[in-house]
Amino acid sequence: MKNICFYFQIHQPFRLKRYRFFNIGRDHYYFDDYANEEILQQIAARSYVPANRMLLDLINQYKGKFKVAFSISGVALEQMEIFAPEVIDGFRELAKTGHVEFLTETYAHSLASLFDPEEFRNQVQQHAERIEMLFGMKPTVLRNTELIYSDEIAEQVYDMGYTKMITEGAKHVLGWKSPNYVYHAATRPGLKLLLKNSRFSDDITYRFSNYSWHEYPLTADKFIAWIAATPPEEELINLFMNYETLGNLQPAHTGIFEFFKALPRFAFENGIGFTTPGEALDSHEAIDSMLVPNTISWSDEERDVSAWLGNKLQQSALKSLYEVGERVRLCTDRRLKQDWIYLQSSDHFYYMSTKHFGSGQSQFSPYMSPYDAFNNYMNVLSDFIARVRAQYPDTVDNEELNALLTIIHNQEMEIKRLQSELKTVIGTNEELLVEKGKGKTTQKEK
Amino acid sequence: MKALMFGWEFPPHILGGLGTASYGLTRGMAQQEDMEITFVIPRPWGDEDQSFLKIIGANNTPIVWRDVSWEKAQARLGKYMDPKEYFHLRDHIYADFSYMHTNDLGCMEFSGRYPNNILEETNNYSIVAGVIARSYPFDVIHAHDWLTYPAGLHARSVTGKPLVIHVHATEFDRSRGKPNPIVYGIEKNGMDNCDHIICVSNLTRKTVIENYHQPSWKVTTVHNAVDPLSPEIEAIERQSGLPDKVATFLGRITMQKGPEFFVDAATQVIRKTDHIRFVMAGSGDMMDQMIQLVADRGIAHKFHFTGFLRGKQVYEMLKSSDVYVMPSVSEPFGISPLEAMQCGVPSIISYQSGCSEILHNVIKIDYWDVDAMADAIYSICTYPAMAEHLRIEGKKEVDNIKWEDAGLKIRRIYDSLM
Repeated sequence: MKNICFYFQIHQPFRLKRYRFFNIGRDHYYFDDYANEEILQQIAARSYVPANRMLLDLINQYKGKFKVAFSISGVALEQMEIFAPEVIDGFRELAKTGHVEFLTETYAHSLASLFDPEEFRNQVQQHAERIEMLFGMKPTVLRNTELIYSDEIAEQVYDMGYTKMITEGAKHVLGWKSPNYVYHAATRPGLKLLLKNSRFSDDITYRFSNYSWHEYPLTADKFIAWIAATPPEEELINLFMNYETLGNLQPAHTGIFEFFKALPRFAFENGIGFTTPGEALDSHEAIDSMLVPNTISWSDEERDVSAWLGNKLQQSALKSLYEVGERVRLCTDRRLKQDWIYLQSSDHFYYMSTKHFGSGQSQFSPYMSPYDAFNNYMNVLSDFIARVRAQYPDTVDNEELNALLTIIHNQEMEIKRLQSELKTVIGTNEELLVEKGKGKTTQKEK
Repeated sequence: MKALMFGWEFPPHILGGLGTASYGLTRGMAQQEDMEITFVIPRPWGDEDQSFLKIIGANNTPIVWRDVSWEKAQARLGKYMDPKEYFHLRDHIYADFSYMHTNDLGCMEFSGRYPNNILEETNNYSIVAGVIARSYPFDVIHAHDWLTYPAGLHARSVTGKPLVIHVHATEFDRSRGKPNPIVYGIEKNGMDNCDHIICVSNLTRKTVIENYHQPSWKVTTVHNAVDPLSPEIEAIERQSGLPDKVATFLGRITMQKGPEFFVDAATQVIRKTDHIRFVMAGSGDMMDQMIQLVADRGIAHKFHFTGFLRGKQVYEMLKSSDVYVMPSVSEPFGISPLEAMQCGVPSIISYQSGCSEILHNVIKIDYWDVDAMADAIYSICTYPAMAEHLRIEGKKEVDNIKWEDAGLKIRRIYDSLM
């Protein structure tokens, strides 16, 4: 039986405010609360809230035969808690139905997997804990930022204890193979992979309301008919997309919500079911291994990481950021740690991309130009790095510092240990004294 | 296709961007095999490069018939033109101008600069244009900037050939919005009576349409380009002996160029850092005022004036700079950032300059946004990746902006008028 596996990505970065170089050293608040609030509330009203309601209705209507999965970045969750708590409530209700799966990812929607394995591990753990706390289920499937994947990342993920992961079914990696099967990582055969079906996903995400597309308009029965027409042995159709597709990228007036409402009915008529990544990976065996020496992602035509790492600006900004990673992890200042997370969001680097000069700036970027984005980010980062440096003297290197901090951290235990040792020593001494004294008295008595 | 062009400056003796643009443009057009250009300037010096066009000096064109021997013409004019041309021109004198002040060859004097009696000089120039237009065959007339519009109009009325006027700047740019009515009148008259208007940027095109009330179909934008650097200039090396970074303003120190915004930005940067110096290169009517301002702000220890730079000095200055800043209030095109980018200098330009329409690998700011300007200067001087990226990508970009392509666009306009 064929199954459609829906997974929606939800992420919003903490956008930076205009931060000039004369703010460095004076102003330690970096975020544009006004813009963040406005954007999040707008998207919530247009997309998240109505989409949550629709999915809940569908799940109730089909009594659990309709299922979806979400991956919500930690920074998005934080913004929702502040600016639009009703969205979190919506996800909680969905979680309660028991037919929704939550995936784990890097807390900051960061590129840590490419630069800082330890940070990657920490953020995944932080995110998994957060999801469990909010929605009461422990995620078992990992989704890296923007579906970034490579053999090296597979190793990191498997070594963290995850055996299930999703990524892009990039054509240049798959070749003639179909994304509609489960694969396993070449370097860690224990790690099963679920791949995005780009064609069907992009039909909805990018082409749904494109008048010049020869298949326009896309209707639910046509779409399901395409899926039904795939070879019968291909059992999984993985539709991975941005949650904003529902209502924001494809506004409500395009009929996107009606399309989704009609999908399950036509699917069931054609004997197609729904599943979630976790279930799909459990119920299917990997048919082949997937070798990915060069990093892939779900972005752009090239499906690589050039949108975040394509030019010198991005490379240098990321390098400066992750150079202080080790030091930040030694710090205990909570605000510093929070800023550290927020500054890692991949979006900051995406805004610096010069890939699309001429064809218009990225519609998501709040900046006039990539240079503007770099400039602002570097000013913020300069201030942040100065704050990190101020925590501990520069002359002590990380290893030495770690040793010293361990000593400080353990001092209480050490003191306790020494105290108890002292006590026993004193105790035995006292006993000896007493015994001696006894000896004396008995002698006297004699 | 034969074009008769009226200009005011031609390298190597130039006073502003007009000469550079005239040179590049004609050279780019000369790449077209069937293109013949006759270029009229008020006063040639004899060392102009005439390999791809013919230059005629207005001050060597007779308007009054004088009996001149071949030897005399050869001795007096040989440096500038073939004496045959003189006699050919003399045969086309069309009216009695003996009341005008002329020399022994029957020619008028021109300064070729921008003197106080410039209106008189433009008028004389158009008298000469009548003789030249009658002397040579041509298909189209092309007049560069308002000084030559009367000459262009005269040639048009004499021959009936189409007139294209090329707007390198308008009076609104030069005067920050308070135009001299006489100059405006000459410009408006030229635009009203020509057959097509070429503007160096969309910004200028907008000014022409809105402030000179021209129909939009008649106005086309052809962005300027830049000539490749000569190997001699490429070989110039950085000269600064200080480890400090250098941010440079280079151009006429006039209201149009926004020098005071550069000083304001410098003040912000100098207060906060100690590794950046500022240079204001060039001269102009606001120079004294700027020196005063720098002194008032107490930043003179890090802010330097060079005075007017000519020829190679310009490139020496650029090559010794780490940032080039052009905070022009209103710049029809602005070729100097392109030159800076050729030298591998990261550039900051105002949105109010025409070249910002075609440049991507520069930092663009509003001229009044001093904070943004200071921030951009700081950023380039502080974050090596920024400077590096702008340097490499900027050079790559500017190397692809060629006069040849601009020439083709102009050719299409000519063809449409035939």
